[in-house]
Parts: sequence; C-alpha cells; structure tokens
Amino acid sequence: MTCPDLSAPNPTSSTPADARDVMSADDIARALRRIGHEILERNKGAEGLVLLGIPSRGVPLARRLAAAISEVEGTQIPVGELDITLHRDDLRRHPVRAAHRSRIPETGIDDRVVVLVDDVLYSGRTIRAALDALSELGRPRAVRLAVLVDRGHRELPIRADHVGKNLPTSRDERIHVRLAELDGLDVVRISGGEAR
Amino acid sequence: MSRLLIKGARLLGAEGADLLVEDGLIREVGRVDATGVDTTVDADGLVALPGLVDLHVHLREPGREDAETIATGSAAAAAGGFTAVFAMANTSPVTDTAEAAERVLDLGAACGLTQVVPVGAVTKGLEGVELAELGLMARSRARVRVFSDDGKCVHDARIMRRALEYIKPFGGVISQHAQDPRLADASACCHEGEVSGRLGLPGWPGIAEESIVARDVMLARHTGSRVHIAHVSTAASVEVIRWAKAQGIEVTAEVTPHHLALTTDLLTGYDPVYKVNPPLRPAEDVEALRQALVDGTIDAVATDHAPHARHDKEHAFVDAAFGMLGLETALPVVSELLVRPGLLDWAGVARVMSVNPARIGQLAGQGRPLAAGSPANLTLIDPDRAVTVDAATSRSRSRNNPWHGRTFTGAVVTTVHRGRVTHGTDHQLTPSTATENAL
Amino acid sequence: MTRHLISSADLSRQDIEDILATAASMHDLQRREVKKVPTLRGRTVINFFFEDSTRTRSSFEIAGKWMSADTINLSAKGSSTSKGESLRDTAMTIDAMAVDALVIRHNASGACHQVAQWVRASVINAGDGTHEHPTQALLDAYTLRTRLDDLEGKHVVIVGDLTHSRVFRSNVITLKKLGARVTVVAPPTLMPSGIGTWSETDGFATSWDLDAVLTADEPVDAIMMLRVQKERMSGGYFPTAREYTVGYGLTRERLEALVRRNPGVLVLHPGPMNRGLEIAADAADAPQSVVLDQVSAGVAVRMAVLYHLLAGDDAASGPLTGSAATGALPASGALASALTTMEGGALR
Repeated sequence: MTCPDLSAPNPTSSTPADARDVMSADDIARALRRIGHEILERNKGAEGLVLLGIPSRGVPLARRLAAAISEVEGTQIPVGELDITLHRDDLRRHPVRAAHRSRIPETGIDDRVVVLVDDVLYSGRTIRAALDALSELGRPRAVRLAVLVDRGHRELPIRADHVGKNLPTSRDERIHVRLAELDGLDVVRISGGEAR
Repeated sequence: MSRLLIKGARLLGAEGADLLVEDGLIREVGRVDATGVDTTVDADGLVALPGLVDLHVHLREPGREDAETIATGSAAAAAGGFTAVFAMANTSPVTDTAEAAERVLDLGAACGLTQVVPVGAVTKGLEGVELAELGLMARSRARVRVFSDDGKCVHDARIMRRALEYIKPFGGVISQHAQDPRLADASACCHEGEVSGRLGLPGWPGIAEESIVARDVMLARHTGSRVHIAHVSTAASVEVIRWAKAQGIEVTAEVTPHHLALTTDLLTGYDPVYKVNPPLRPAEDVEALRQALVDGTIDAVATDHAPHARHDKEHAFVDAAFGMLGLETALPVVSELLVRPGLLDWAGVARVMSVNPARIGQLAGQGRPLAAGSPANLTLIDPDRAVTVDAATSRSRSRNNPWHGRTFTGAVVTTVHRGRVTHGTDHQLTPSTATENAL
Repeated sequence: MTRHLISSADLSRQDIEDILATAASMHDLQRREVKKVPTLRGRTVINFFFEDSTRTRSSFEIAGKWMSADTINLSAKGSSTSKGESLRDTAMTIDAMAVDALVIRHNASGACHQVAQWVRASVINAGDGTHEHPTQALLDAYTLRTRLDDLEGKHVVIVGDLTHSRVFRSNVITLKKLGARVTVVAPPTLMPSGIGTWSETDGFATSWDLDAVLTADEPVDAIMMLRVQKERMSGGYFPTAREYTVGYGLTRERLEALVRRNPGVLVLHPGPMNRGLEIAADAADAPQSVVLDQVSAGVAVRMAVLYHLLAGDDAASGPLTGSAATGALPASGALASALTTMEGGALR
C-alpha cells in the first residue's frame, strides 16, 4: 500500500503521456551521492546521524543515502521511517488511509542529528507534520531536511538543507518520482501545466 | 329510512345482480327498478360480499386513546370492508366486567361505522388467576360470547379447563392466545431459528404455540366445549387442529394476513414495525397456513389489528411494542395472495372473512347470504384495482403499518353497514334524482 | 470504509487489514512517553452506555483521548425500558448536540443498527445485546495476528455460551474474513438456534464435545474461552458450574494436553473471566494466555477504528452531510425539525 504525499496529490503508478523526464537514474544517483557528502560535511562526520525516511518514497531514499554515507565513512548509519499520517492537517480533505508504524532505529533520536528524507518538497505541510510527529518521539539535537526535488510553492516557513534538484514548477504541474524499490525504475518526471 | 340501490354487483364474484337496500335490510335481489331509490351505487364489475367480520382487533379504548379509539378503529374497519369487529379485552381497564363490555358496545354503536363487539377477558385483569365475570358479561346488553385474554395466554390448564366448562351454558367460546410463557416468555420476539440466532434476538419457538394448541384441543374434547385458536402461526399447530377437527373436537382457528404473507427474514433490519406476537414465521409455515385456510382447517382470517403510538415502536427491537395494523389492508392482502393465484374464489373469501367469523363469534346479523331479508351488511370489492399502501393515509390513529409501500390488487370500494354506506368514494354514490334528471 | 461500525460484516477484508495496520502504529504510541496524537482534534465522541461496562468504556475513552477527540461518557442505564424515553428520542437528543461519533453499548440486540438510521453521527457498536461486538473481534484478530502472523488456514476454537455471546458472533465473521478456520463448541443448550444451517452457510464447524475438538487431527492454533454467566444455571442451560467446567472449561489438564499437541497454542478470553468456571486460574495465567495482550490491543484497535471512521474527508464520512442535515448547528428547533424530516420513514 502506498501512501500519497502532498507533492503528488494524485499519484498513479503510471505517469501521463505528456510527462517529461527531468531526472534520470544517473541524475538521481549523483544527487544522492552529493547529498550524502553534504550531510557529512555539515555534520563533520557520521557521528550521531540518524536518517528518517518519510513514507512512502522517502524511505528508500533514506536507505540509499545511508548506503552512500557508509561507503564514504565505513560505518553503518541508523535508518528508520517516520509515518506522519496521524499528524497531517489535511486528513479531512482525503479519504482515510491506514496509518503505518514508524520505525525508529534502536539508537533512538534523543540528542541525535535527525535528517528527514523525502522525495519532493512542496507546500512544507508534510515536513510540518513530520516535525510534530518527531517531537512526540523524543528530542533530537538537530533536525535537518534532505529532499530529492524542491519544486517551490512553500506554504510554511520551511526550507530544505539538502536538495537533489531545484525544479521551478507551476502549481498545476505534477512531479512523479519513481524509485526502483517501489516502482521498478528510477526516474523523476513532470507532467501537466503549460508546455514549455 | 332511505332506499339504496346497488346496481350490477357480482354476488360472491358470480352473476351480476342489483341489490335493493331499505330499512337496514336487503329487500330485493335481481333486477331492481330504480324508481323511488334515493341513492344508487354503480357496482358494475364489483364483487359483493357479505360485510367482512374480524374476530380479532385491538381498538385501544379505553386507556390508549393516543394509539387508537373506537371511532378511529371503526373508521379503519369500515374502510377495510368490515361491518363487525371483535374488540379484544386488553384495554385499560380490561374488559372483564359487564359494565366495561357495555361501554365498548355503546361507544361502538354511537360511532355507527361498524358493529363493535366486545370480547370479554377470561380472567380478571388478564392475570390468568381468577375467572372474570364471564356469565355477567354474557348476560349483559353486550351479549359477550367470545372470551380471550389475548396478549396473554390462559396458560394455567386448570383455569383454562374451568373457563371452557363455565361458558358452555351460554354457548361461549374461548379465543386462546397460544403461547406457553415458559417456552416463550415476554421477551421472546423473533421466531426461534437461524434468524433469531444470528440477530441475537430472544427466540419464540413454534413449540410454545403448538404445545398449548395441543393441550387446548384436548381440553375442548374433555369439556365438550368450544375453543378457538387465535392467530395460528405454525405448520405444526395446523396439523394438531386438523387432527382435532377430524376427531370431531369443537375447535376453530384464525390466521392473520401478516402470517399468511410475511416471513421471519424481514426482522433482519431490526425494524420494530415487523415485531408482532406471535412472530413472523419462516416460509414453510406461511405456506402451510395458506393451505390450511384454503382447505378449511383454518376457519377464518382475522387481522389482529394492533395500533401503537409511534414512541412505543421507537424502542430497541426487544423493548418495542408487539403488533401491526391490519384492518385496511386485510382484504387487499387476501385478494393478492389467495384470490389472484386461484387458491380461493370470492365465495371462499366470504366464507373465511365473513360467514365463518360471524358463526364463531355468534353474530346473528353478520355473515348472512346476499338474499332478501338479510341484514344489509355488505362489502363491494373492485377485484382489479391496484392499491399501494400508504401508512400516512390510514384512518387508524397509528402508523405501524408493515405493508407501507406494497401494492396489492383487489380493493374495498364500498362498505354498507346496516343499510348505511360507511365507506365509499363520492363518485360512486349518485343521488338518484340526479340520475333521473340525466335520463 | 463504512460510516458506521455496527456489525463485523460491515468491514471488508481490506477494511480489516487497514484497521489492523493502523492499530499497529497506534500500539506503538502506547509505549511512548507522549501517547497523544492530534489526529481527531476538534471531533467529539460520545460513549453512550446503556449497559455497564467499565473495561470497554474506558478502552474507548482512552482511545478517544489519545486521538485528541473530545470524549464524553454518558450512562443511560434504565432509559431503554418501554416506559421511559424512546430510544429514538434519546439518540436524537444526543445527536442534536452535533457530535461526530456515538459509541453505543446497549443491552438490546440491534439497538446500534436502529440508532444509526436516526442520527447523523457515526455509530460504533460497543456491544449490542447478544448480537455483536465488532471492536472486540478486531482486537482479538489483532492479538492473534501479532502472535500468529497470518491467520490464513489457522484454526481457532471458540468455546462457551454461544447463545448469548456477541463476541462469538463478531469473531466468527472477522476470523473467517481473515482466512481462519473456526470451530465453535458449546453444550446444546448454549448453541444459538439455527446454528446448523448458519454454520453451513458461513463455513464454520460446530461441536458439543470439546475434548474431541482438542484431540482431533486438526491442530489448534488458538482457543477462545467465552464468559459463562452463573445466572444461566437458573435458566436451565446447564445443571451446575462443576458440570460445566468438566465438560467445557479450560482446565489445567486440558490446557496441558492441548499444549503438548500444539506447543504454540494461544489462549484468549474477552473478559471478565470467571476463574474456575470456564477457565482455570492456571490456564488464565499460563504463558499461552494472551488475555492481557487483548486488553492492551483494545485501546489501539479502538483508536484505529475512531481514526478510520472519523479522520477522513467530511464528504465521505463526516457528520452533518446526511440527507437530514441542515448544515447548521442545532438550535432549539432542530430536534423538532429533524423529527418532521423523519416522519413517515421512521416506522418503516
């Protein structure tokens, strides 16, 4: 079961015919490697890092980031998932979907540097919900945000610390992130809106 | 007294004939000259039956006039084609004295829409312990002949035996509500079977009725008295009655329209409109009841018309009141269910809805042949008219109508009670002067 | 998902899966320091109990509160008698207060079904008479799932007073939907009427002989002991408590034999237990017993049910959108106008 997120209000497993590729598999891999380096640089090493993916596509992204960081540092980075369903502010706008368990690494998050990982940053409401969910789980030393795509149109004062690709969009466009773990291929596409 | 001419009615569904009614009697049958007639009813294509007689109604007065009164119940009866109804004794106070019976009689007579015949209680206060004043009720102006604790069973065999013995001198009959209270207590409200099991409703097993029926026919044999089984609801009860009749035991029986038509599975939605006592039974029982009515094992159709105020039905199913309306829908249901499929002809309907109930209840003026000299109690039926039941338009004061929204073919068009039209739409009543002018 | 939860039959297999999945995440909350989530902030849940039940009521109350719903308990004991206010009036009076959910426990079978037809709020059946108790079945399924993983093909034996058990009625529906095989065991007097055709239609087995079921070739994955009320003895359902225990109790000896044949067997009981009658103290406290797991799952499952019925979009499931809704908050005339709206349809 996939959990739709705010950046893709109407996701389907196939993308519309008018979709254009904006990131290839290689682009995604390069972006994640770069973000891994940025995180290490910012944190001055892997010490205290915890990566939490936001379902559904933030979860494989977090795992890939952790792998990328491990490759560089040679240590295992704790990875988990943070389900934010119960904290969403748009529950009444959508049919109910099942909440899922958050999987927090055994290290916990207290006094850790938590990096939230998601596929697309859009209104910022998902991240707001994630911060709320996080605050009920413990007290991290710092919370950072890594996203594969930042498409703009923020509705809350939230920004990403690490961005794979800044992608200016119009509101009626849609971003489709496809990842091999869930969708069988790696690609980011854009559809809808006016042709450019 | 006015002269009423009913033109061209099919008597008992057979040949067409005119009926001249005067001074409350049928004066002439055949081809009648319209001269000097005050009112003419055009009965072309209509079936004429002797006025229908209902052995079993609850009119709720005195005590629950918010649910029904003798006046509203009489209006419903007239609309349903009934010229006589037996008003059960479970009012408040109970009809267990001569005075109470006479009061019901007088209220009915004052209303004048149908003959309201009080049923006397078998035991004081329907408590099943001491005999009510059966003899005084019989001697009263109400001339009570039918006694019943209906709503409750006369479950004590000794009391039942004494009652049967006691009523012999005046030819009374005990109408028994057959329900062994140990096998089906007051909470029992759903036929005991898969539906009651699934719904978790207290079961009302057929055996609770059948065991009392079996006991009572044996008591009738032992006492040589008459017992009448009210609202028979199961196939096994029918078997017992059939056997008893074959033995020459004086037993009669009635069945309600709802037990002839509706089945247990209607309770699945927990709608208290389908809560009735005895409960709706499975299709096998319904089929056996129809057959028994057709072959004469069951003598009569009786409605068990049981009006209830809305709030008494708007409780949880087990807490809601028992009973459903029946007076206005009985004939259409019987027509649809038995006449149209050819199980019963109109003479048969007259037998089970007029002649037999009048005989069982000993009403001399009811259920008589459509012949000169008979009291003018008549029901005119349009056998082809479809009626869709609308609970909101009932003459009854209550709305607990299980037939709401159903369509039946066969409708009561006109009711004549003691020579007076008590039900009928205006267009059928033509003042004869107007007719003459037109000619 | 339906708007109401009246019967276990209201839930599809997918609905059950969703609720159990959500319940798992709710269960995690219970282990945290901060147990409350804001999900149902602004929603009002009334626990409307016509029949006493401390454990079910508190379970729903905690569930509502941890979901941040405003949760209010109302006891309406005694108002179900035909002399008191009608059930419809009672229900509509509460409903007129613009509540979002009515959690109803009633001593009469079908009461929740009836109320659901009269009110705008979502109705959750917390046990109606001897009919159903769908959240109990869900929490039992949750408990079993936690230990047995998949229930497909698993064999669950339910023993006890089936006639008067809403737990049995709901469980047999839910367990079948999850693929379990079910055998129900009771003396003939405590078997519901019509069980023969019923079990055939719904595909479960019945037996009067507990030992035969427990020693049959078919392994037993779980045994659920139902509460037997001592009052049933006076109703002639069985002669003595001793005789019941010998025939149908989970005695220490029976449990030991059962565990020898089925080392992983689980023992369930919906509570409150009659220790020494239907379940021996040794069995109730045995390592196989998951009775306390059931209680703990109760809150999580009820949170999940509240979430699935109340959290979604207003158009699909929320209150104030039914045909009878005026959209306005009830003024003094709201009840009267609602009564008018229902006229004619109410007795149908």
